[in-house]
Amino acid sequence: MTEIEKYIPLVGQSIIDDLRLLGERLKGKVIQHINSTPVGGGVAEILNRMVPLLVELGVDTKWDVIKGGEQFFDVTKKFHNALHGKAEEITQRDFEIFMQTSRENIDNVDTYGDIVFVHDPQPIALIKKKAANKWLWRCHIDVSNPDERVWGFLMDFITQYDSAVFSAPAFSRKLPIRQFLISPSIDPLSDKNKELPQETIDAVLKKYNIKKDKPIITQVSRFDRLKDPIGVIEAYLQVKKYTDCQLVLAGGTAGDDPEGFKVLGEVREKAKNDPGIHILLLPHNDIEVNALQRSSDVIIQKSLREGFGLTVAEALWKAKPVIASNVGGIPLQIKHKYSGLLCHSVEGASFAIKQLLSSPEYAKKLGENGREHIKNNFLITRHLRDYMLLFLSLYHPEDIVHLC
Amino acid sequence: MSELTGLRAATLGQLLALIKEVPGSCIYHHTHRFLQQHQYLSPEPPNDFAYWVTDILGEDELGEKLASIDTMQYSTIRSLRDKIAQTIEEYLSGSSFAKLKFARPGEEFHFIKSVSFILPKNYTAYDLKEFADILKKITIDSIYFHIFEARLRLEKPTNDFSFWIENSLGDKELGDAIAGFDPYTRTLEDLRKTIIQIIERRISQ
Repeated sequence: MTEIEKYIPLVGQSIIDDLRLLGERLKGKVIQHINSTPVGGGVAEILNRMVPLLVELGVDTKWDVIKGGEQFFDVTKKFHNALHGKAEEITQRDFEIFMQTSRENIDNVDTYGDIVFVHDPQPIALIKKKAANKWLWRCHIDVSNPDERVWGFLMDFITQYDSAVFSAPAFSRKLPIRQFLISPSIDPLSDKNKELPQETIDAVLKKYNIKKDKPIITQVSRFDRLKDPIGVIEAYLQVKKYTDCQLVLAGGTAGDDPEGFKVLGEVREKAKNDPGIHILLLPHNDIEVNALQRSSDVIIQKSLREGFGLTVAEALWKAKPVIASNVGGIPLQIKHKYSGLLCHSVEGASFAIKQLLSSPEYAKKLGENGREHIKNNFLITRHLRDYMLLFLSLYHPEDIVHLC
Repeated sequence: MSELTGLRAATLGQLLALIKEVPGSCIYHHTHRFLQQHQYLSPEPPNDFAYWVTDILGEDELGEKLASIDTMQYSTIRSLRDKIAQTIEEYLSGSSFAKLKFARPGEEFHFIKSVSFILPKNYTAYDLKEFADILKKITIDSIYFHIFEARLRLEKPTNDFSFWIENSLGDKELGDAIAGFDPYTRTLEDLRKTIIQIIERRISQ
């Protein structure tokens, strides 16, 4: 069985047949993805899965990675934060460092693809090599409220591309090039999302000394202020006055991120003296994350800002009732009161948790609806289709494209 | 596929002005998107304008008027756009408070265009039995295309299924039966089941 055929039991034969038909239309074209890292981070995670699947579908797909030193990635991290709307001091020297490394990559990276698909700001300047081939820029960042200086700097490059791709409507603005809306996706066969035997789930709970004797509320996220772990604890404490329950805060923190450890310290301080709060450091342990999500009664994602928030899709795919903030791409995944509950505050989150814990049938229905919504809109098979249509759109400027 | 325009509205006045000037593909997107994205149920009013007006601006009455526009009565996007614009205009002229309402930052209405790709599948039907069998296995996107896009976007006189049944099989009654119900009030899977049932009943007669 090929990899793509493994999705047939989940999405149906006809969806896979359609993907193959689209693949045939791209025969003869070489698609070249370019990003800044082969491992770690959401972009590399999705490319690792998508590239081989596209190849199986008959699309000649390659993946190249630019080079950059510590200084360059420090600058691009600042850009990243500034594009997310965080205040950053960015100097002229930073722009010079960015351009210096970009020039080296322009000299060294072969942009041989018929379609060159550039991901995020780090490799954006490669567009200077544009020849007769087609170029796409994929923005994975929430740019609804960007630092205008950084955005203006990037705009000089963006406008030279043939098309740009964003993850949510709020991230778009008027551009002189075509721009498409393509949401990210989850892979239902990955370790993070595949079905797990009950013994595996039980073993993970046992490992972390979590008993199933009272309801489990879980947030899976990096220890980052933008994920508001302190707010989650406050919501849990309000719920606990009325309903005995326990809280799991699970996530990683990058070893080189001093702020991550600081936040983790604050979270531990806030949680001390409450044995019902389990703080788990799980860097890159997808099976354990999967098991914790599956054993939870309610999943929460109380982010203050969010690029897309795929942890919501992961939880809904497991048919779990989810309470999440109405930010970033989350409202695309949750339709309030139909496929989950949206909240804007600690009080709102706490009320929603109480509501779901005391109405298990309602919670179950929300989870089931959520799973269907994710199945229809946020699985990797939809993402593959959108990417292939995106490639075809480069050769068809019209709104109704006849591929006869 | 969804193409972003970068155009956004924060008030009813801005929404109306943009509804009048955006490409027809935008009007099509915002009156049909929900069908493809919510195949299992229809949690939203049947168009994005109605949802935004109700949930973001709090104008329930206008939202209800927009949600209940009978899309089946319009054979072109142009005429549907005129009806939506007229509905908002009439409401604005009778409600001075509605003009003052603003969406909060982040809750503006974002205009999006639908880009459609039409490609032939490897299925051919010569009679009703083959047709029903194929309906059971094709993707929901194919059914969506032949029922909704063909009529309104490609401006054909009726949906593709009714047209073929009437003109190639000569069964006007069955064609009319399929064209006669309102597909906008069903989920796509319901629609598939209903059409198959109607055809199978006909085969067994």
